[in-house]
Amino acid sequence: MGEEALQIRNGRLIDPANGVDAPLDLFIAGGRVAAIGQPPPGFTAQRVIDAGGLIVCPGLVDLSARLGAIEPELAAAVAGGVTSLACPPDSKPPLDEPGLVERLVRRSATVGLARVHPIGALTEQLAGERLAEMNSLARAGCIAFSQAKRAIVDTQILLRAMQYAATFGYAVRLRPQDDFLARDGVAHDGEVASRLGLTGIPVVAESIATATALQLAAHTGVRLHLSRLSSAAAIGLVRAARDAGMRVSCDVAVHHLHLSEMDIGFFDSNARFDPPLRSASDRDALRSAVADGLAAICSDHTPVDADGKQLPFAEALPGATAVELLLPLTLLWATQSRLPLLQALARITSDAAAILGIAAGSLAVGDAADVCLFDPDESWRVTPETLRSQGKHTPYLGYELSGRVRLTLVGGKVVFEG
Amino acid sequence: MRNPQLNANGALTHLLSIEGLPREVITHILDTASSFLKVSHRDVKKVPLLRGKSVFNVFFENSTRTRTTFEIAAKRLSADVINLDVTRSSTAKGETLLDTVDNLVAMHADMFVVRHAASGAPHLIADHLRRLGREDVHVVNAGDGRHAHPTQGLLDMYTIRHYKQEFTNLVVAIVGDILHSRVARSDIHALTTLGAAEVRAVGPQTLLPTAIEKMGVRVCHDLRSAIRDCDVVIMLRLQNERMNGALLPSAREYFRCYGLTPAVLALARPDAIVMHPGPMNRGVEIDSDVADGPQAVILPQVTFGIAVRMAVMGILAGN
Repeated sequence: MGEEALQIRNGRLIDPANGVDAPLDLFIAGGRVAAIGQPPPGFTAQRVIDAGGLIVCPGLVDLSARLGAIEPELAAAVAGGVTSLACPPDSKPPLDEPGLVERLVRRSATVGLARVHPIGALTEQLAGERLAEMNSLARAGCIAFSQAKRAIVDTQILLRAMQYAATFGYAVRLRPQDDFLARDGVAHDGEVASRLGLTGIPVVAESIATATALQLAAHTGVRLHLSRLSSAAAIGLVRAARDAGMRVSCDVAVHHLHLSEMDIGFFDSNARFDPPLRSASDRDALRSAVADGLAAICSDHTPVDADGKQLPFAEALPGATAVELLLPLTLLWATQSRLPLLQALARITSDAAAILGIAAGSLAVGDAADVCLFDPDESWRVTPETLRSQGKHTPYLGYELSGRVRLTLVGGKVVFEG
Repeated sequence: MRNPQLNANGALTHLLSIEGLPREVITHILDTASSFLKVSHRDVKKVPLLRGKSVFNVFFENSTRTRTTFEIAAKRLSADVINLDVTRSSTAKGETLLDTVDNLVAMHADMFVVRHAASGAPHLIADHLRRLGREDVHVVNAGDGRHAHPTQGLLDMYTIRHYKQEFTNLVVAIVGDILHSRVARSDIHALTTLGAAEVRAVGPQTLLPTAIEKMGVRVCHDLRSAIRDCDVVIMLRLQNERMNGALLPSAREYFRCYGLTPAVLALARPDAIVMHPGPMNRGVEIDSDVADGPQAVILPQVTFGIAVRMAVMGILAGN
């Protein structure tokens, strides 16, 4: 079912993985790309989709999206053009047991919208004390291991976790933050937090943890990915490590490309993020790092309900709904930075897929037909009603954003049409 | 972004912070307080400005002193005053801050005087009232976390104006635990708005917030050079729990480096005044000889505080 032969015509095909940006038709059969430009011999389309004025690109790959309830969040993902997403292990309960991972994989497959790639817990209960059963978790479907937002305080355990992961060639993802330096912090340690009387998280909390992770990764040879970097200092450390030949990757949450500590305004809890929004110069460094390909972009989608946000700033839960904003906010950044779409879309397709080590984010002949069709110029207003996610909280509420997804295919099947 | 405490006409709807208050609004409050001060000296200390209005003192954090001064101020304006000690009632049962507010609005509260341990809690309440379309209900911030204590800031300005008449030539030192002090932040905003010549933030690095100079103050770590030629010295309270640990080695060493003694005060201008928001730790931040000395205006601050709080409540009710 659903795997009918499709022709997507009149669109502008942008496929960063293969360096394609041209008006080309896409022919899909058996859930895969059958041909590009000209139909394969004997091809008969059961459905012809007119993509006039639209961009046709690989389905987006989100490096980090929390699901909460599976079905509405996966519906939100495909409505945002996201066809593959990595799910961090800090669900309740955390993904530290193969049974939980199997259930997540099975349930998301049953829902049949975006493809879900679980990230397993690096340590039991993410407590940073005992290693999780990484091999069993990988067999259950985990594609990498992380601590989500928790740190491993004991550096010897972090070293052992990396050594064990490296044994099997698993990637380790860390959100670098020193727990002691970040203690009680809720905002960037800078002029806004000082003025508002909020406890700050200094940049050194991130840069010290980044340096630690980089050195331990170099020592163990583990494949390291640093998630959601927020500071120029951490970006600088990753850049230096890469320049020295180290195989390390990183990403930046899409909000951090646009917002800074100033957006907290008068205690706007929608601007409470983890890691915090930092200074304008940090934001500029993140933008350049993404522009030159050092970092990919993730949505860091975190559905938070009203009870979690209608609280004084320090008590509010961090995070925002974002999976439906990943594309428009990436396009906005690309426009502002005068970057070609081919380059910008790479950060949320092929680059992200390469980091995750999954076969996605590419539309070569034979690849799975995970496709996103969007109108780059159509604008829409972000409101609780236009968002499909159960999370309705974002600093962009009420904003008009350009870039509207019109159709999403997963494995050649139409999973969203709007 | 519109300042959330001003309505569309620029009039004061809530008093949440001194940040962003136009100079004229501050001056108007101080002038109004001046007329109320006379009321305090009459035999009959009441004026009927808030007759029939209900003022709820909602203190999520204990403070008998501040609550009492608000209570006296509201009663002198003939308001009905209801004191809620929320630390012991609803929130202990799991009710959220905004649930509590909704309940009090349903009881026809006209004004909330709020103290809360979290910075920004009064802003959240004001924002909630705006969303409910209840901008007729006013919020007075009686201290939120480390953020603001605007009536204290205003009474400090009243005190300074009383003794110094005007602000433009004044050098003011604020000494002590500025990191945790909502009073310091309110004083800094008020002094910079009123055009004080120089505001010095004085303390060890551990007690000064990051980038505090962005608020328009000069950072000083040495008390003696900071006090030199000052017109006003504002000493801050050092909380007991911060005296020994990672912020400071001991109260004794703190007093040695940052305690205000007669010898240090002698470096200030001869007519300098010494202020303290209270309660004082004698022998920790201030020497008794200074606290009880002729330059201390700590008790007049308390008296002025009632007139200033009357002014704030009277102006809000009138807008």
